[in-house]
Amino acid sequence: MLKSTIAGLCALLGLYASPLVRAAGEQVVIGDIDDLSGVYADVIGQGGIEAVNLAIADFGGTVLGKKIVLLSVDHQNKPDIGASKFREWADQNGLNMLLGGSNTGVNIAMAKVAAAKKVPFVAIGAAGASLTGADCTAYTVHYSYDTTALGNGTAGAIVKQGGKSWFFITADYAFGTQLQEAAARVVLANGGKVLGAVRAPLGTTDYSSFLLQAQASGAQVLGLANAGTDFSNSLKGANEFGLTKTMTPAALLAFISDIHSLTLQTAQGLYLTTAWYWDLNEETRAFAKRYFAKMHKEPSMNQAAYYSATMQYLNAVKAVGSTNADLVMAHLKQAKINDMFTKNGYVRADGLMVHTMYVMQVKTPAESKYPWDYYKVVKIMSGEEADGSQPDPACSLAKK
Amino acid sequence: MTTVFGVPLPAILGQLMLGLVNGSFYALLSLGLAVIFGLMGVVNFAHGAFYMLGAFAAYVGLQFLGVNYWCALILAPLAVGLLGIVVERLFLRHLYQLDPLYGLLLTFGIALIFEGIMRGLFGASGKSYPVPPLLQGGFNLGFMVLPIYRAWVVLASLTVCGMTWFLIERTRLGAMLRAATENARLVQAFGINVPLLVMSTFGAGVALAAFAGVLAAPVIQVSPLMGSSLVIVVFAVVVIGGMGSIVGAVVSGLVLGLIEGLTKVVYPEASNIVVFVIMAVVLVWRPTGLFGKE
Repeated sequence: MLKSTIAGLCALLGLYASPLVRAAGEQVVIGDIDDLSGVYADVIGQGGIEAVNLAIADFGGTVLGKKIVLLSVDHQNKPDIGASKFREWADQNGLNMLLGGSNTGVNIAMAKVAAAKKVPFVAIGAAGASLTGADCTAYTVHYSYDTTALGNGTAGAIVKQGGKSWFFITADYAFGTQLQEAAARVVLANGGKVLGAVRAPLGTTDYSSFLLQAQASGAQVLGLANAGTDFSNSLKGANEFGLTKTMTPAALLAFISDIHSLTLQTAQGLYLTTAWYWDLNEETRAFAKRYFAKMHKEPSMNQAAYYSATMQYLNAVKAVGSTNADLVMAHLKQAKINDMFTKNGYVRADGLMVHTMYVMQVKTPAESKYPWDYYKVVKIMSGEEADGSQPDPACSLAKK
Repeated sequence: MTTVFGVPLPAILGQLMLGLVNGSFYALLSLGLAVIFGLMGVVNFAHGAFYMLGAFAAYVGLQFLGVNYWCALILAPLAVGLLGIVVERLFLRHLYQLDPLYGLLLTFGIALIFEGIMRGLFGASGKSYPVPPLLQGGFNLGFMVLPIYRAWVVLASLTVCGMTWFLIERTRLGAMLRAATENARLVQAFGINVPLLVMSTFGAGVALAAFAGVLAAPVIQVSPLMGSSLVIVVFAVVVIGGMGSIVGAVVSGLVLGLIEGLTKVVYPEASNIVVFVIMAVVLVWRPTGLFGKE
């Protein structure tokens, strides 16, 4: 008697637990799979979710008469979690578009699912250029930035200033190795040398032994091919061990959230490459103000990209009159992207959204006049300068 | 430039210096573990979790309660030690008559629970804990800059290890503890409150782990997962030193830290596993450990 009562109650609970499992077609479902609790949690994280919500609200909450719904989940920096969640949403929740959060490894796994399930996949948080190279698919758009642009921007700026010999401390997975490769290419092309490199596992907090190796190499530049808390911890370690007195640190990937937590005292003078900055113009400031009201921090380029990509997708759906993946992708690939995020963006054959990139230098505490006034523009790179005008030859789609 | 094994001398000295710092952590942690095992026969798999809780106690103290680093060095071990006593009283006490495996399982489970709770509260990424102003800066040793804080870690660990050794080997309290390990009934017959002694010993061992956690906070940042990766290495260290030996734990901790540092220069790929390779060798050659008694 008790057992059957309990069974009955469980069945009832099960019914209540399935509100999301609805017939596809009643809603337009946007997904966000991102690092919400690990080393990259501050890069996009909750802020990204907020940005998408802003976009959905600005768009009006519905498209083609259907309600727009956002699903989000923490991939915990594990490719298998990202891929299986993507698959689950595509199969059971009628997912129409996926926003890819941080971590290149997870995004590469998810790109494969995008191709298999034919769901438009906008990779924003990941840097790895292989997403539009060897790992490209017909459904991937790599929206915000990539390792090629980072190498051309930051490594280019430093090597031209005289930083000819480099030693890399690299995050030991796809992102780190691709970023190191992109930077090394630029260094060598400009007559520099790579004296050595060492790989540190993702999530390393104590870089002391790697930093000593860097010091022993005698290189002029300490190339930090990592991001998030990995980057902050390695830079703090470099300061602690007096390395920054004899070597120039190269922040190959740094976000405004990193600069904020490091403080200008530690981060001043760093060169970094970004697709967007909150204080660039009136439009960016307007978006930043609304974002700040919710999050109490200024948005980074990826959070702005989340907003922009969502709007572009919804506009594409509206223009095409359907959520059919092939029609939407075809529309995105010939659209001109002109909004708060970028003025002259377009999607290349290999899926890369080519647009202006900025090389910035972090201001000194004296130069900073108000909160979050962190960057000054050093160089504006056109999309072609940052990423080349031709599609990546490693991508099978590039042959067209 | 002089080279040893084909590696420049400054590089080796630098890594040895770092190895000494790591070795001090190993020594402190394995001391707590050895005390708990040697005097209670409990294999405390929650040791890494208590280390993590010590670091978090210091972080929470600084962020929310205005407790600075120096106070945290005393208060965090006290707080976590108290938690350890509660754990012993409520859970461990019932398992002493049973197979040691039960104690191991219980402490392993407790470790997972603590980690899960902290992860839920604070997320998995590291929280930043600043180096106290008095200890900032570095000594320029020529072959490297040694941050003052790391020199302090070595000093503090060795001092605490020395004090613990003195307490156990040279005082009356220590004698009572050692006697209770040998023959609890007889010691109880002398009127000494053995359960209280055992409970305080566990608390003290846990407090040692928490102290190591506070020391570690400015170095490796405070994260819920900081204990789990360390505890396995610490177990290997204790096994090498001999499960019941205090001196063994401290000496092996320091020596293994140095060996790990050396491996990082000579053959970096093996640096994660060298401790376990040595443990395997020691177990084959001398199963009770280098300083073990039985």
